[in-house]
Amino acid sequence: MYKVSNARQLVDKIYAMDIEAPRVTAHCQPGQFIIVKVDKNGERIPLTICDYDREKGTVTIVFQIAGVTTTKIAELKDGDEFCDVTGPLGKPSDLIFEPIEDLKKKSIIFIAGGVGAAPVYPQAKWLKEHGVGCDIILGSKTKDLLIMEDALRSVCTDLYVATDDGSYGFAGMVTQQLEDLVENKGKKYDLCVSIGPMIMMKFTALTTKKYDIPTVVSMNPIMVDGTGMCGGCRLHVGGEVKFACVDGPEFDGHKVNFDEAMKRSQMYKTLEGRALLKLQEGDTHHGGCGNCGEEA
Amino acid sequence: MDNMKKVPVREQDPKERAHNFEEVCYGYNKEEAMEEAERCLHCKNAKCIAGCPVAIDIPEFIAAVKEGDFEKAYKVIGKSSSLPAICGRVCPQESQCEAQCIRGIKGEAVSIGKLERFVADWALEHDIKPDTATEKKGKKVAIIGSGPSGLTCAGDLAKKGYDVTVFEALHKYGGVLVYGIPEFRLPKEKVVAKEVKKVEELGVKFEKNVIVGKSMTIDQLVTENDFDAVFIGSGAGLPMFMGIPGEEANGCFSANEYLTRNNLMKAFRDDYDTPIIAGTKVAVVGGGNVAMDSARTALRLGAEVHIVYRRSEKELPARAEEVEHAKQEGIDFQLLTNPVEILTDDTDHVVGIKCIRMELGEPDDSGRRRPVPIEGSEFDIDVDTVIMALGTTPNPLIPSTTEGLNMNKKKCIVADETTGLTSKDGVFAGGDAVTGAATVILAMGAGKTAAEGIDEYLSGK
Ligand SMILES: Cc1cc2nc3c(=O)[nH]c(=O)nc-3n(C[C@H](O)[C@H](O)[C@H](O)COP(=O)(O)OP(=O)(O)OC[C@H]3O[C@@H](n4cnc5c(N)ncnc54)[C@H](O)[C@@H]3O)c2cc1C
Ligand SMILES: Cc1cc2nc3c(=O)[nH]c(=O)nc-3n(C[C@H](O)[C@H](O)[C@H](O)COP(=O)(O)OP(=O)(O)OC[C@H]3O[C@@H](n4cnc5c(N)ncnc54)[C@H](O)[C@@H]3O)c2cc1C
Ligand code: SF4
Ligand code: SF4
Ligand code: FES
Repeated sequence: MYKVSNARQLVDKIYAMDIEAPRVTAHCQPGQFIIVKVDKNGERIPLTICDYDREKGTVTIVFQIAGVTTTKIAELKDGDEFCDVTGPLGKPSDLIFEPIEDLKKKSIIFIAGGVGAAPVYPQAKWLKEHGVGCDIILGSKTKDLLIMEDALRSVCTDLYVATDDGSYGFAGMVTQQLEDLVENKGKKYDLCVSIGPMIMMKFTALTTKKYDIPTVVSMNPIMVDGTGMCGGCRLHVGGEVKFACVDGPEFDGHKVNFDEAMKRSQMYKTLEGRALLKLQEGDTHHGGCGNCGEEA
Repeated sequence: MDNMKKVPVREQDPKERAHNFEEVCYGYNKEEAMEEAERCLHCKNAKCIAGCPVAIDIPEFIAAVKEGDFEKAYKVIGKSSSLPAICGRVCPQESQCEAQCIRGIKGEAVSIGKLERFVADWALEHDIKPDTATEKKGKKVAIIGSGPSGLTCAGDLAKKGYDVTVFEALHKYGGVLVYGIPEFRLPKEKVVAKEVKKVEELGVKFEKNVIVGKSMTIDQLVTENDFDAVFIGSGAGLPMFMGIPGEEANGCFSANEYLTRNNLMKAFRDDYDTPIIAGTKVAVVGGGNVAMDSARTALRLGAEVHIVYRRSEKELPARAEEVEHAKQEGIDFQLLTNPVEILTDDTDHVVGIKCIRMELGEPDDSGRRRPVPIEGSEFDIDVDTVIMALGTTPNPLIPSTTEGLNMNKKKCIVADETTGLTSKDGVFAGGDAVTGAATVILAMGAGKTAAEGIDEYLSGK
């Protein structure tokens, strides 16, 4: 169970692989995620289901190295196994519950930032399979960090690539690209789905607010169990406490308290930094580097 | 020996144990157990049995201990309970079996819990196998959740010859026994894993990482996987918060998160990856077992710990032994005190907790005197971590994905008390998912009742 295949590096720090998990693929839907535990003593971390093959019973994950666990996962080779994989977790995207006829009438824009391309893909693919078109803005810092360009292009009407440094496509951030489309290119959108770093989602939500475009964001707070049991993933949406793992991960982007969520996601930064250094340097690291928060 | 008093049980020195996760209580050895067993009067009309939710034949098993026939004692307990090493450790004996013991009128009750624990540990050590079913029924039952209710229901049904599979959402079996109750009170490898193995030896199959309602629904269990009946023992795992300002701050956790990081994910051990913010000064809000466990965990991780509880000592819902242990270990109790705000700095980290003193007013619905704030008595406690141990409610995941399953106002699944049957045909439920947060033994009792109910239901089919 949970065997790895097709493990590959996409770009610097971003990897992809398929995992055998028939219990997950049996009923998973776009918008949902899994929790994986790489080895016996590892952490449980959430990763979006980027694609799935119900017949083969495999899910595809695309992930960015952030710390200890993602580093360990990136080291897995074809044939290796995860210790635990559970899911599908979270609610499927609201999209898939809307009548297809209604969706067809809508003009939908996805905004994918960085590794956020991964969760956008299954939704756009689902729409395409149901004969619904959409546009996608794919953003990254620079051309070399861009992922899934072809995959995304194959499932949408128009793909707009934006790089912060202008090395490829539109020069600027995804929010500027959106402004350009709406203000200069005469585009009108009825729904925006924005997935990426929290800061990006915050600013796209502010931008779409200007244009009155209903906006869905996919939140990625720290999680432990993913079943609604620990409350670690809680955030405020429209003044109410919500648990991202069971009430989300997708929420109304105009109602999420991003500032609070961003502060909460920093909670374990120092501890994680220390753990990563431990993994990289074994027991040789004894503080003082300034990165791990430990006094010399 | 003063036979009005219990044979004292050996415990780890409070000063030592405040810094480790080893078990606090060592339990009786053979001699001590046999000596304590002498104190039982073998009452004809034994009141203690009525105090035990699963009606263990207490005088009978104690008589066997007295004779030194521990295997027989184990079999007597085994007729009523499938997790004795656990109950002997965590049952609130003082309000159940031992509360009814005749010895308790003049002196101290017989130490039933410690005797039960001794017998169960002895059986684990000697690997005494439970009796397995001889005849197969050819029917399949799915059990959702591997907490005490699920384990008991599974074990009982396997003994009756059913083909039973337990589906567990997490990566370990035991429910609260593995993620909630800490190692120093209930050892995971030595006790819980072994008791789970005993259930496995009865022929029960276990599958982890399956979240019913997500990985598959109850209806799919029946239609796609051919289960003839389903038992829901999904517990009451949803943490409550107070709704006071500052609760979202960094450094404020639910007890579930704090305990899960530490117990299930073993954050206290260097060889595990899980991070935990142990805190150097910790306030734990609440007065139940969960609060005591959080407080004593934080203490062991090196913190100075205050328990903030709004009623008085008499109303503390935790087991008496845990309160006693917590005090010995040096935990500060701020009783008749309620938090009003969690104080934070400009990076949103906890820096304190603002509390108000309370006094007891008129009795409320629960019959306990209602605490009311004393105006103007606010004060701050300087802490960097706050743990909310305010109680839990049932997880809505299953009810929200199962058509025809009725819930009551408290979001608990409605189930018949005598059979465990829910509003949905072939679907039974028990434990915290039905009663709201309660006790291990009540959850076991419910699992037992449901096993009977399921047997009856499937026999009639
Ligand atoms: C619903 C959801 C879907 C996600 N999907 C993807 C995805 O498809 N691809 C991807 O690259 N990343 C995804 N993430 C983020 C991913 O889970 C984190 O990058 C990962 O947990 C980091 O683990 P680490 O041990 O490698 O890094 P760490 O060093 O442990 O942590 C780095 C940072 O990641 C965050 N983090 C740590 N532990 C967790 C945790 N258990 N849950 C969430 N965040 C945590 C913290 O903010 C921390 O500062 C998703 C997160 C959520 C909640
Ligand atoms: C910290 C703490 C300390 C406690 N101390 C004591 C004590 O000293 N004495 C005492 O008697 N009681 C104590 N209790 C209470 C006692 O542990 C519970 O009443 C008891 O465990 C309830 O058993 P249960 O089988 O109903 O559910 P749980 O033990 O909660 O088990 C439910 C299981 O179901 C799983 N599950 C949930 N949803 C799903 C799903 N959809 N699919 C698959 N699996 C699912 C969960 O992951 C869990 O493993 C304590 C509780 C806590 C939290
Ligand atoms: S199961 Fe609990 S209540 Fe029953 S005899 Fe044992 S300790 Fe007492
Ligand atoms: S009531 Fe007390 S003395 Fe009597 S049988 Fe029960 S344990 Fe023994
Ligand atoms: S991850 Fe624990 S409640 Fe959401």
